[in-house]
Amino acid sequence: MSLGYLERGYLEKEELPPFPSEERLKKKTVAYIECPQPIPCSPCFESCPANAIEMKNINDPPKVDYEKCTGCMKCIRVCPGLAIFMLRLRDDGMGEVTLQYEFLPWLKKGDRVKLYNRKGEEVGEGVVNWVLPPERNDNTSLVRVEVPAELIFEVRAVRPVG
Amino acid sequence: MVKIEHGRLQEHPIVDFKRGKEVTIYFNDQPVKAYEGETVAAALYAAGVRVFSRSFRWHRPRGFFCAIGKCSACMMEVDGIPNVRTCKVYVRDGMQVRTQSGLPDAEKDVFSILDDVIDKVFPHGSHYSKFTTSKKVREFMVKRMRKFTGFGNPPRAVFQGRAELEEIETDVLVVGGGPGGMSAAINAGKYGAKVLLVDENPFLGGQLVKQTHRFFGSAKERAGTRGIRIAGILEEELMGIENVEVRKETRVFGIYNGEAGAYQRLNDDEGKLLRIRAKKIVVATGAYERTLIFENNDLPGVYGAGGVQTLMNVYGIKPGNMGLIVGSGNVGLILTYQLMQAGVNVAAIVEAMPRIGGYFVHAAKVRRLGVPIYVRHTILKAKGRKSVEGAVIAKLDDRWQPIPGTEKEIKCDFICVAVGLSPTHELLYQAGCEMKFVPELGGIVPLRSKFNETSVKGLYVAGDVAGIEEATAAIMEGRIAGIHVAVTLGYGGEEAKKELEEAVKEIEEFRAGPFGERIVNGLKKCTLEDEVIS
Repeated sequence: MSLGYLERGYLEKEELPPFPSEERLKKKTVAYIECPQPIPCSPCFESCPANAIEMKNINDPPKVDYEKCTGCMKCIRVCPGLAIFMLRLRDDGMGEVTLQYEFLPWLKKGDRVKLYNRKGEEVGEGVVNWVLPPERNDNTSLVRVEVPAELIFEVRAVRPVG
Repeated sequence: MVKIEHGRLQEHPIVDFKRGKEVTIYFNDQPVKAYEGETVAAALYAAGVRVFSRSFRWHRPRGFFCAIGKCSACMMEVDGIPNVRTCKVYVRDGMQVRTQSGLPDAEKDVFSILDDVIDKVFPHGSHYSKFTTSKKVREFMVKRMRKFTGFGNPPRAVFQGRAELEEIETDVLVVGGGPGGMSAAINAGKYGAKVLLVDENPFLGGQLVKQTHRFFGSAKERAGTRGIRIAGILEEELMGIENVEVRKETRVFGIYNGEAGAYQRLNDDEGKLLRIRAKKIVVATGAYERTLIFENNDLPGVYGAGGVQTLMNVYGIKPGNMGLIVGSGNVGLILTYQLMQAGVNVAAIVEAMPRIGGYFVHAAKVRRLGVPIYVRHTILKAKGRKSVEGAVIAKLDDRWQPIPGTEKEIKCDFICVAVGLSPTHELLYQAGCEMKFVPELGGIVPLRSKFNETSVKGLYVAGDVAGIEEATAAIMEGRIAGIHVAVTLGYGGEEAKKELEEAVKEIEEFRAGPFGERIVNGLKKCTLEDEVIS
């Protein structure tokens, strides 16, 4: 087993879990879990009402069945590793990434944000088009940002512009 | 981004800081603003005080380090009483606080010249051969030198309060109100055992009170819930059990053949000496932070990672502007994220191992926010005179030696040492438990059965004192110890025995992954022969 990501602190392309198909990404939002290491943690598995997350035991890394996933976002609300991203491709050629956000100031719909990849490099700017306010999820806000379609597997963090 | 006033965070994404009434304490005769509920050390830190004391021999500046009463770097004279750990004493209006062993005070100590000049004239160890030329010189110097020794002045005030003796009989005494202790008390209590839980702090929860992140584990162990909330959930559960009594601000100082001695502080003037006769005792005293050897590692600004969490997440005090984190275990990674949540920048994380020590997902969280993680690197020295002004790090070769020419200067105003914990095992030693050094478990730990009973019959351990793991494992261990205590005292019947078996199975599953492997290997070295539940 390669421990590459444990030297770097981020996943390279070849270490990423399989991508959902373009067709699936266009249909509706899907959960994409970047959690490759066996650790004793299972709230995503336990929270999934569609049985879309497969885990053989508590130490087994979660695998998402993209066909079963309904995009309900129960898992992303509880993931302590901030490792779940909800992805979607829209018909208008834009993409959407939903991520967990726990910083001040809280982001609101319409805010412009800088987009960062897994290494913390800025990859562009995007617009927040939906949030789950922090008070509704024990201070972990969910933020959905509109990004260019090709960036949905790149953008993993946001910061307010300015 | 995050609003700061008087060194204190006015807002925070996770924690709502509830500060008490504003009071004034006097630090070396200067008024300092503080809020009720803050410790003296926290209030002084917020006011910008960095030098808390001077070292014993060379009068080097010492500052805040652990924040939980273990390291003694914050000892001062409080209301005339010397050697008070200011991180364990809460502010009161009009309190007089003075630094010790410095002239005129720790900040401006004239004896610090010892560190600057005389150290070069009298290199380390030379005092064994100096001043021995004649008896007269020696006698004169011995008198001078003895005046230098010791911490602080003799007390100017004597404790005037009253302390009465109270004798207590109970089935179970639990020492420590952290996750392990609370879980043990809950699980012994729910089957009917009479439990007394004591904790030295005025609050329950142990170190959970500063864990603002969501926990790992399974939903049953409340994974996905923040540590700070888990403390509240456990406390509520505990308080709901009628036969459980809780005494806070109570310190157990010894265990003698199944009896424990403790001192309970009632208020500033009153206390109680407790003689506790318990059929079973569960020790869940937790752990304390280790430090690391590097040049100037005693400089104010070099803090324990947990100490910074306490300062920031419990008292809402900003530790600095730019931190350097030493150690990439979960504590170091989580602390990095928490610092950023409080609006503090982190310059880098350094890790001596060739790979990140903690969970990858914790590393990914801070990496995507731009914090570099240098594996195979170590800190060589902290720079600064009275507080940290920077650090030098370097790359390590395959034999863990710094590679010349790879030194890099890091700009930072504080350094967090997150290199692991050691069990707080003193009480176990004193009670006569058989102890063993097990590196996988973080240091010297007691031998124990699979139900966490030590070699002293009826004395149990739970949580970090039994081996460094984390809060979820502590809760699971507390459950095992608590139920076994109940079962062996005749409570709970078949139902309890069944739950005990389940609890043992669950912790085995929990430890079955690669992160548990180390723990399992460690446990193999200190597990007493299997015991059969009769």
